[in-house]
Amino acid sequence: MKIHEYQAKEILRRYGVATPRGVPAFSVDEAVKAAESLGGKVWVVKAQIHAGGRGKGGGVKLARSIDEVRALAGGILGMQLVTHQTGPGGQKVRRLLIEEGADIARELYVGMVVDRGSQKVALMASSEGGMDIEEVAARTPEKIHKVFVDPELGLTDAEAEEAAHRIGVPEASQAEAVQLFKNLYRCYMETDASLAEINPLILEGNGHLKALDAKFNFDSNALFRHPEIVACRDLDEEDPAEVEASKYDLSYISLDGDIGCLVNGAGLAMATMDVIKLYGGSPANFLDVGGGASTEKVTEAFKIMLRNPGLAAILVNIFGGIMKCDVIAAGIVAAAREVKLGVPLVVRMKGTNEDLGKQILKESGLPIISANNMAEAAEKVVAAAKGAK
Amino acid sequence: MSILVNRNTRVVTQGITGKTGQFHTRTSRDYANGRACYVAGVNPKKAGEDFEGIPIFASVREAKAQTGANASVVYVPPAGAAAAILEAVEADLDLVICITEGIPVRDMIEVRDRMRKRGARTLLLGPNCPGVITPEEVKIGIMPGHIHRKGRVGVVSRSGTLTYEAVAQLTELGLGQSSAVGIGGDPVNGLKHVDVMKLFNDDPETDAVIMIGEIGGNDEETAAYWVRDHMKKPVVGFIAGVTAPPGKRMGHAGAIISGGQGTAQAKLEVMEACGIKVTRNPAEMGKLLKSVL
Repeated sequence: MKIHEYQAKEILRRYGVATPRGVPAFSVDEAVKAAESLGGKVWVVKAQIHAGGRGKGGGVKLARSIDEVRALAGGILGMQLVTHQTGPGGQKVRRLLIEEGADIARELYVGMVVDRGSQKVALMASSEGGMDIEEVAARTPEKIHKVFVDPELGLTDAEAEEAAHRIGVPEASQAEAVQLFKNLYRCYMETDASLAEINPLILEGNGHLKALDAKFNFDSNALFRHPEIVACRDLDEEDPAEVEASKYDLSYISLDGDIGCLVNGAGLAMATMDVIKLYGGSPANFLDVGGGASTEKVTEAFKIMLRNPGLAAILVNIFGGIMKCDVIAAGIVAAAREVKLGVPLVVRMKGTNEDLGKQILKESGLPIISANNMAEAAEKVVAAAKGAK
Repeated sequence: MSILVNRNTRVVTQGITGKTGQFHTRTSRDYANGRACYVAGVNPKKAGEDFEGIPIFASVREAKAQTGANASVVYVPPAGAAAAILEAVEADLDLVICITEGIPVRDMIEVRDRMRKRGARTLLLGPNCPGVITPEEVKIGIMPGHIHRKGRVGVVSRSGTLTYEAVAQLTELGLGQSSAVGIGGDPVNGLKHVDVMKLFNDDPETDAVIMIGEIGGNDEETAAYWVRDHMKKPVVGFIAGVTAPPGKRMGHAGAIISGGQGTAQAKLEVMEACGIKVTRNPAEMGKLLKSVL
């Protein structure tokens, strides 16, 4: 789960990591009031969307007067902000963060992720702040210092000192850097984060360190023990189809093709998308109905796929294990009757009670195209999608 | 011989009093030698009772002492699953198979750290996996038993239903399986492709292996390099997620392309370079395996 920058900074401050003073704003008036309450002569007006690359997209601007804050806030709020992470349509800006200006002497980087190889949390620190860390990793990997943290000991003083030294934190600021890294690690662990990034971590003219930008993702498996994180969820930032699907415990991801896929199991769902592509089609979504799909779940899954106006055909690919094919078939028939399918439907069923399932589909009288294996199913659905246009 | 489990494995079910644990214990017990293999269940509050004749004990340690159980299967819900795994590790079982999906990554980091520091000899399969089956001997997990046939092909996969797909293709071609192992879709887990590959390499009853991977991480690459340097048997492979967009978690917690890392294309290229025959067509996994025998 992702959160906004202003929410990430609130969490960081709770863990003793300094940030510039700032106030979130949901309207132009709130933005002006925020700037007035902060005081000073320079403010930064920052669009709050979940995607990165906001600055380059024109979502982060410097204001030198309250009038300028008003004008910039008016311009940014409501804009479709396009960045390399939003896709060409961009993301509508609904929230702002108004911050005091910062005196930037140097831009550093610190981040944390789970390292799958060592099965530990890795702290990554770099002197190259303000840049995309993936770019730094690709071009100058030697400029990223990594620490694989022992889960029992946590980040030690010695490791934090070494990291601070390696990225060129000046002597006078080292103790502060050590504390900051340790606080960030504690924050990462205690909140069950899956990614924490401070980029840039700035060194100010006075030698203090501050998180100028902050990004957090959280492990969705751990949200059950973090109501405070769940409260930060912003549904406006998520795909409505994915939000709807999650209500029914369906794992759904929108893609840009025109062939809907309904599959049980994540691996098989990906493989189904792949085989559609292999036969010249393009998948409209990833959809895993899971192991215990009921008639209701299958019906909702169809409804969600059919919300897509560009949908040209649907492929159902089920490998019945625990889930029986006859149950799925009954679900498909019920769903097809309820939602009035306007597109061709290809069904491939295999496994437990396969014959019973096929019989139910046949006797339903619905115009269902059946297929015996994945390749045949893909071929048929691609042809059907082309025919539907 | 097979790998990991066989007719002599004695299994304790952790989470035997829950709906899922009961359902799968029942179907597993009804498969092949299941009646002899499933010897115990664990629930501290229901010790002394039984589940359809399978005695329930207060702890894994006690179940092991009383029944000779050497493997456990975990169906405990996510919040308690890590503790259940550790309990089995501390009871010094040979193998723990964790089916539970949705365990927080932080919990698994702690489990793996404790296992390493303890120098545990216990192997962990999963979490978030379908389990392992040695056809016509024993099934430990949630896979449909009837699609399997005894034979000489090893199957290792991060996925559930995609594994069944591969198994069914093999069975239809008349190729049975020595063992089929689901290592699970989580980013921090126990046995990885390379570990299972080593076991298949040493198993005299396995002639060839299908390795099924998916986007995220680099376990498939690690296994591929090992195959290139050490494997004495043919290996074929498939990677799911060529069409998966970056930055999106595709169902499995570990199935995500992040920072350009973990793409299906990159994995396929490494596998091919290491002498593993791969297919881009998931309908042809079985055929491909047959072609290398």
